[in-house]
Amino acid sequence: MNGAREALAGDPLFAGLSGTELDLIAAAARPVRLGARERVLREGDPARGCWLIHSGCVALDLAVPGRGQVVVQTLGRGDVLGWSWLVPPYHWQFGAVTVQPTTMTELDTAQLQAVAEQDPRFGYTLTLALFGALALRLQATRARLLDLYRVPDGQP
Amino acid sequence: MASPDRTGAREPMLPVPYQVTSRQAETHDSVTLRLDPLGERLPMAQPGQFSMLAVPRIGEVAISASGVPQPGEASLEHTIRAVGAVSRALHDARPGTVLGVRGPFGTTWDLPSAAGRDLVIVAGGVGLAPLRPVILGALAERDTYRRVCLVAGARTPAEFLFRRELDAWACHPDLEVDLTIDQPSAGWNGQVGFVTEPLARLRLDPRRTTAFLCGPEPMMRFCAQGLLRKGIAAGDIRLSLERNMQCGIGLCGHCQLGPILVCRDGPVVGYALAGPLLSIGEL
Repeated sequence: MNGAREALAGDPLFAGLSGTELDLIAAAARPVRLGARERVLREGDPARGCWLIHSGCVALDLAVPGRGQVVVQTLGRGDVLGWSWLVPPYHWQFGAVTVQPTTMTELDTAQLQAVAEQDPRFGYTLTLALFGALALRLQATRARLLDLYRVPDGQP
Repeated sequence: MASPDRTGAREPMLPVPYQVTSRQAETHDSVTLRLDPLGERLPMAQPGQFSMLAVPRIGEVAISASGVPQPGEASLEHTIRAVGAVSRALHDARPGTVLGVRGPFGTTWDLPSAAGRDLVIVAGGVGLAPLRPVILGALAERDTYRRVCLVAGARTPAEFLFRRELDAWACHPDLEVDLTIDQPSAGWNGQVGFVTEPLARLRLDPRRTTAFLCGPEPMMRFCAQGLLRKGIAAGDIRLSLERNMQCGIGLCGHCQLGPILVCRDGPVVGYALAGPLLSIGEL
């Protein structure tokens, strides 16, 4: 648990959390070390858990008929993997597979949700921290939707 | 950013004939041309500066230097993407073709002023071309700088410029390279995502970092905001702006961006100046 506590304390995602709040998260955390090409999430499976990536690379993928598993995004150090545990129907919407050897902290989200229900202030702080990461992910995805590197119109 | 001394410069509106001496295809729509003077030699473009390249009977367009000036050499190097009539004609120019060149114009990246600091170089699409001299300059004097980080994005793997150099840079022990693509591609084992994502993963010392950005303006805005979130001062973020440059010397006003004329006061400007201007849609 101490290793997980240290990893959480060093993660910018939790920079605004108090020591007590970090202790609560660390109590639901365990370190995970995976090799390359190991599947972490399978699309459609029940969504339990969330991972904070410390090193390596994880690809989010989706099965597309005729194209196989299509990688839609890669995640790396400082990124959060796994959001579907937060919202119905609580099934993974994408799969995830390691691209390289990867170290992460796995959070027991059922335990965190139970603590948050008992302590709404902690739940609010945790939600805000996760929301910050989610907002940046959304912004990057929207920026990609702009297809900024395409050939622009009206150029000489 | 630094403005080179133009004392004694020749008549800036008169194109000088240069001949295409080599043509290197970079992607399906981009090439790097090497140009050599047929007579008179223009001053060498410093990293960040641009030249006006003219195709007889078609027109003229501003193109940043993508090569590093070599002592004693007169060759110019420009990387061109075919996006319109003039750039298409430049793209299609074969060795032996004679073009008109004016310049060099504008401000430089002023790399020497970042000595002793970490360099973060962020390029999107063909924005890698004006930044190539920064990378080559930093590698040529590697001990002058601390970390050198390159984050480059492209639409697909096939659309990265300087692919051979990029592969070599990715293996370079003194260069940290993150390449990312926007659109998922079969056979690509690298990163997929917008350039802001690998940029966000870099752990930087905000007091000792100078950033160089070049790419579409929204990309540079998002990247600059990410760097500001890391604590890097707006004055330590430099970006290369693209506007409708025509005269190149601040006379015609086509490239006006609020209080600045990009051809004269840019293309390389600090984010402290450019940031507020880029968020005004009317500009």
